[in-house]
Order: sequence, then structure tokens, then C-alpha cells
Amino acid sequence: MLAQQLLNGILAGSVYALFALGFTLMFGVLGVINLTYGFYFSTGAFVALHATRYLHMQIWEALPFAAAIAGLIAIVIDELLLGPLRRAKAPELSSLMVTLGATLLLYSLMTAWFTTDIRRFPPTVFDGGAFEIQGLRITLSQILIVAAVVSIVGGLAWLLRRTKLGLAIRALAENDDVAQLMGVNVGGVVHLVSFISGALGGAAGVMIGLNYNAIQPYMGESMMLKGFAVIILGGLGDIRGAVLAGLALGILETLTAGYVASSMKDAVGFLLLVLTLWFRPVGLFGRIAAKRA
Amino acid sequence: MSKALLAVHDLTVRFGGLTALSGVTFAVEHGAVHGLIGPNGAGKTTAFNLISGMTSQTSGSVALAGAPLDGLPTYMRTARGLARTFQNIRMFRNMSALENVMAGAHLRTHERFRDILLRLPAFRAQETRAVARAREILDFVGLAHQAERPGGDLSYGEQRRLEIARALASEPKLLMLDEPAAGMNPSEKIDLIDLIGRLRARGLTLLLVEHDMHFVMKLCDRITVLNFGAKIAEGSPVDVRSDPTVIEAYLGSKSVRRPGAGA
Amino acid sequence: MTHALDNFLFTYQSLIYALGINSLLALSMYVVLAIGQLSLGQAAFMGLGAYASALLTAKFAIPFPLALIAAAAVPALLAFVIGAPTLRLSGVYLAIATIGVGEVLRIFYLNWDYAGGALGLNGIPEEAGFVWIFGVLAVALAGFAAIARSRIGRAMEAIRADEAAAGVMGVNLPVYKLAALVVSAAVAGVAGAFNAHVSSFIGPNEYGFDAAVTILSFALLGGIGSPFGPVLGALVLTALPEVLRPLHDYRLVINGLIIVCVVIFLPGGLLPWRLSRIGAPR
Repeated sequence: MLAQQLLNGILAGSVYALFALGFTLMFGVLGVINLTYGFYFSTGAFVALHATRYLHMQIWEALPFAAAIAGLIAIVIDELLLGPLRRAKAPELSSLMVTLGATLLLYSLMTAWFTTDIRRFPPTVFDGGAFEIQGLRITLSQILIVAAVVSIVGGLAWLLRRTKLGLAIRALAENDDVAQLMGVNVGGVVHLVSFISGALGGAAGVMIGLNYNAIQPYMGESMMLKGFAVIILGGLGDIRGAVLAGLALGILETLTAGYVASSMKDAVGFLLLVLTLWFRPVGLFGRIAAKRA
Repeated sequence: MSKALLAVHDLTVRFGGLTALSGVTFAVEHGAVHGLIGPNGAGKTTAFNLISGMTSQTSGSVALAGAPLDGLPTYMRTARGLARTFQNIRMFRNMSALENVMAGAHLRTHERFRDILLRLPAFRAQETRAVARAREILDFVGLAHQAERPGGDLSYGEQRRLEIARALASEPKLLMLDEPAAGMNPSEKIDLIDLIGRLRARGLTLLLVEHDMHFVMKLCDRITVLNFGAKIAEGSPVDVRSDPTVIEAYLGSKSVRRPGAGA
Repeated sequence: MTHALDNFLFTYQSLIYALGINSLLALSMYVVLAIGQLSLGQAAFMGLGAYASALLTAKFAIPFPLALIAAAAVPALLAFVIGAPTLRLSGVYLAIATIGVGEVLRIFYLNWDYAGGALGLNGIPEEAGFVWIFGVLAVALAGFAAIARSRIGRAMEAIRADEAAAGVMGVNLPVYKLAALVVSAAVAGVAGAFNAHVSSFIGPNEYGFDAAVTILSFALLGGIGSPFGPVLGALVLTALPEVLRPLHDYRLVINGLIIVCVVIFLPGGLLPWRLSRIGAPR
């Protein structure tokens, strides 16, 4: 029983990690908390749903497709909303407020279009069935999720650490003036980071949609609450922290649901958030020092 | 040393792997105009930020009038008698010049919450006094005619003077000016030299960072020279000007001065 | 004359109450925005005030004025718990910390059977009338205007303009920021108590994210140069959907659009007039 709980927790946690990764990357490089991020999560899920249902894509085709669409939308939203503020060097809270307004707008439109009814993937998506290994039950879609998360996180780490593009991204995260001096095409890197983040959010949406087989416009909003907890626990802008904190939250939530009360599950993230802010505001590793007033 | 108003002892600060200031010691005497100079990146502004409490040091200590300031937040240092201006002007842009100066007098304006809420006579009297004080200071720096204009609308040179006025309003013992002449035209500089002379005549002690050597040599009694975060020389303007290590530092640093670049 | 007024009040009673309550909420948002911070917990604070006071009056028959004090105190305490650690950090931390409060409280109300659980709380005495709501609004507005035109108002605007520079001017940043958040939570809590005591019923889902964003849109639309701006914003955004019925269905879309447009195109809000921060003749 505990082993099964842990397995489920790791599974959920790996998706939280993926989700938080895009969120924290956006903050780390672009310097804004982009609240529309949860919308890319919902977008990814809905695109994958329609791709499998109407375009008859296989799920492993629908996943990158949905992620790419979410990434493109992220570029457009960033350019439309945050571009003007960046150029005007507006205070950081302005960008937070703009994305907040946009979030309300986008979800309202999405709900007007799709209603708040819960939708499900076509049954063919789950044809692979499930395995039992020593009493542990794991479905094929869960295996797909874990494989995808591991390869995406690995790929991102490689991109950031080993490539010239990664160097440019990291330079921008340090200081945009310095990056510009180094010859980094700042506008291009901003778009790239928006795309990667949006795609990560979208991919996470597909996976959660797949794991619980329930898709609904506001799913991104409740995910954002977990996202906040994870990026604060991991340390704002800290990639490694986000992955570990995501796993930790997944496991803690599953254990809470299993051993305390299932209704308390969604409060775990917030509790973790408040505790982190009180006792270790710089996050797990404290790598990016929180700016003190 | 006992006469020193500001004593900086063995001040060191590291950011990540970078040592911005290493073991810097100097003292500013009562009533002196003390210059802090050095090539770009020498650590001058870092020293200012440490003294005013905007950054905290890795080791070393800062004391004002014999009392240590270490660990105190900025507002408490202001209460102890420290005031400063900024290299890149940090005006409260929408507030009028008068309001800017009155905000600077925050610690010298005593208003009780109840009096404020009920607008009692004690509050009104205090505000009237505060306005009068602020006008006096604006007049002193030559901005009386701009009192009602938003701080952000003033000319560059006027904003620099308004920053000094705002700092003066806290009635400091030590006034720290970070590149007060930067971006000023020659006639504005002459006004500034005159203003600093009048400040000193009032008995105020000044510590200033400045790039304009002519300006520094003309004004300062004593100069501390930093290079790569360490003190390389100290003395009267005449001594410093002829010090070979100082000449070496300035000639050796091929960096062209970039306006607005951090010091 | 009185008869006509009574008729008018009766017909538009709920709208008139909403105007007053939303104005109070807008003021609560103003206090936080005025020091350059962003709280997304105003709806949660309101809900906490509503639940705290409604439980006291409906279950314990505590007099309404006493319940009102509790409605201010309970959210204020929560604001302290959330604000004390976060306000020492940069502004995004408070926004993040408060964004989840509403959701967690919703889960809490839903599972708290004593407070009605998912069904909400019924039978709340309708004790908050016109006089209470607009009396408190008038006092709050006068109070905030008086504070703005004083040493405190200057310090608050200085913090919003440049926090670090305000610190160098001697402004005690942690105290100012925490006090603003706590006061803001108390005002929102009182508005919540009024909300509960004019409608006799409150539910767990009324104080969520949408409500928080709506409150922000009041303040942003009005502008925060003076406490009057947010009140104007609240009046416009409360009355407009009533007057133009078709707008009602798109309320959230419009609120979202307003925030986006105001921040990008109209940073001063509808009432960019700025209250002087000096409380004496110049």
C-alpha cells in the first residue's frame, strides 16, 4: 500500500516538477511571475484532447503537438502583454497585474467556449492497459508520462548547460544588459524562453489530463497553486529546486490523501508555501538569494 | 581615530565568487569633506551601499560617532545621522519637490496617529512647521521656485540638488553624495561646488564619490583611493595626486569611462 | 419625500448595498497598492470576515457591533501570519502567498460542517443596513484621506515610488508594509461582515480567485493617486453591469480586460488626480 502510494506520488510529483520547471524558468530568465502560465497547462490538455479525438493522433504525437501549440500561444501572450511593459521598464508588479487580468480574461473565454464540463480522452488512448509488478499497478500512460518527463527534463538540462543557446539563456537570467553586451539576441531568447516554458506547461497539462482523465478549463488554475508552492519551496528561478520540490509535493500530497484525509490534499501545497516563506524564503537550496528589502 | 565621525574598519564584501571590497579601512573626520575615488569597478558605490545599509558586508565594521552600525537596516542608520544621495537619481517622481523634502524629513516630523486621523491642531501645527522647514531647505539648495513641481519633472541638475535637499531634511551628521556632479554642465557644477561649500560652513561632514578629478581635488580635505576593491592610497589632494600607485591605477585601467556604469 | 426615498431604497436595495461594500473592498485594496504591494487575498480576507461574524451572530447571538470587531480582527491576524515573512522579501512573494489563501479557505469552509460545509451558512440576521455600510465607508474614506495627507501618507507614497530610497529616508519599511496589509485585511473583513449581514446567507465559493481579481480591478480602474479613485472604480464597475444588463454575463471578461488595459495604457486609472500629501496650507 505504501509502495503504491509512493509510486503514485512520484508520478504526480514528476508532472508537478515539469509544470514548475517552465514556471520557474520564465521567472528566472524573464524576471516576471507570469500568471497566464496555468492557461498553457489547460491549453495543452485541450489541444491534446482534440488532436486525439478529431485528428486521430496517437498520444505520443499529440503530446509534442499540444506542447508546441501551447508554446506558440505563450510567445504571443508574452509579446502582447509583457513586451510593452518590458520596453517601458515598468515595475515588476505591473507585469504581475497584467497577467492576472489576462488570466481572468482567458479562462472566461475558454469557459464560454468549452463550458466547465469535464471532458475525457477517447478510450483508444489508453489501449496499452496496465501492468502489475510485485503488486504495484502501473498503467501504460503512466509509463509514458514518466518517460516523457525524464527525457524533457534531461533535454532541458542539456540545453541550458551544454549549448550556446543555453549560455545565452543563462546570461539573460543574470542580467539583460550584460547579455546584450555579450551579443545575445535578447528578443529572440525571450521568445525562446516563452516558447519552452509554455511548452513545458502544455506538456504537463496533457500528462495530468491523461493521468486523471479529466479535462476542464480551470484545471490550470488549481495547478497554479501547486506551481507556486513548488517554485517557492524550490527557490524562485531555481531549476534543480523546482524538480525536487515538485517530487516532494507529489509525494506529500499522495501521503496526505492516503493517511490523513483526501480533502486535505489540495491544502498541502499552500501549507508548504507558508512554511517555506516563514522559515526558508530562499527555497531549498537558496541559490538565487531572495531580494531583501 | 577618536575624533572620527565615520570609522570604516576592514570592510570586506563578496558577491558569489567576486570580492567587491576587501579589507578597506578609512575614517572621516568631523567637519571634513572626504573624497572616495578610484577607477570604475573600484568598489566606491559598494562602499556607499555598505555604509548606508543597502548591502550587508561579509566582514568588517562601520561605526558612526563611535557607535557600530553593523546589522542595522537603512532606516535606523538614518536615525543615527546618516544620509545619502544616489548615483542614478532615485527621486520620488510623482511627489512634488516640497513633498520629496518632507518625505526626507520623515524622522524629524512627529505626528501622532490620533492627531493625524482627527486632524487635530497638534498635527496641523506639525505639518505647518514641516512645510516651513522644507521650504527653507529648498531655498538653501536654490529650488524654492520649483517647490510645487513633481520631482520627476525637474531638470537633471535640479534633481541632483533636490536629492541633496531631501537628504538634508533628515538632519544628518554625515551626508554621503554619490557622484553629485555626474551629468552636470559646467555652470551647474559651479553651483554645486558653492552648495557643498555652504553645507560645510554649516558644520556638516561630507563623504563623496566623484569621477571629476578637478571637482574632487578642489573640494576635498582628504581623499581615499580605491582600486579593485582595496585601498591603495590616502591623504590630502596634493599627496594623492602625486602618488605613483594612484597614477598607475588610473593610467593602468584602460577602461574608458562609461557614463552611468556602476562604480 | 421620505416615502419616495424608501421606495427607491427598497427597489435598488441590493445594488446600493453592493456599491457600499465594493467601495470598502476597493479601499482595502488601495491601502496595499498605495505602498507598492499587491495582495490577491482581499476576497479571502473578506470571506473570513463574513464567516467569522456570521458564525458569531447566527450561532451565538453575539451583538452585531461585536461581531464586526471580530470580522476585522480575524482576517487581520491571518494577514499578519502571511505578511510578516513575505513583506521582507520582494513584492512578488506577497502576491504569491496571498493568491492561494482564498483556495485554502474555500477547502476549509467546504469541509467544516459546523459552518454549513458546502451548503454555506444560513439564517444570518440582516443587521447591516444602509447606515452601517455607508457610515463605515465614510469614516474609512475620511480616515484614509487624512492619513494620505500626513507624514504617513508621504512615507507610503515614497515606498511605492522607490522602496530602497524610502528606507534611506528613514521609513521603517517592515512596519509600514505589515501595517498596511493588516489594516487592509481588517477593512476587507468588515466589508465581508456587511456582505454576510445583508444577505442572510454566505457560501464557501463566494470568495475565490474571481472575486479577488474583481476587487483589484476596482482599484486599478479608479486609480490610486487618492483613496477616492478606487471608490469611483468600485462604483462604476458595480453599477455598470446593472445598468447595461448584457454586460452582466461578460463581467469577468470585462474585469480582466480592464486590468490589462489600465496597466498598459492608463497607469493612472480613471481618476489620475493625486491627493497632495501635505496636511497644511502651503
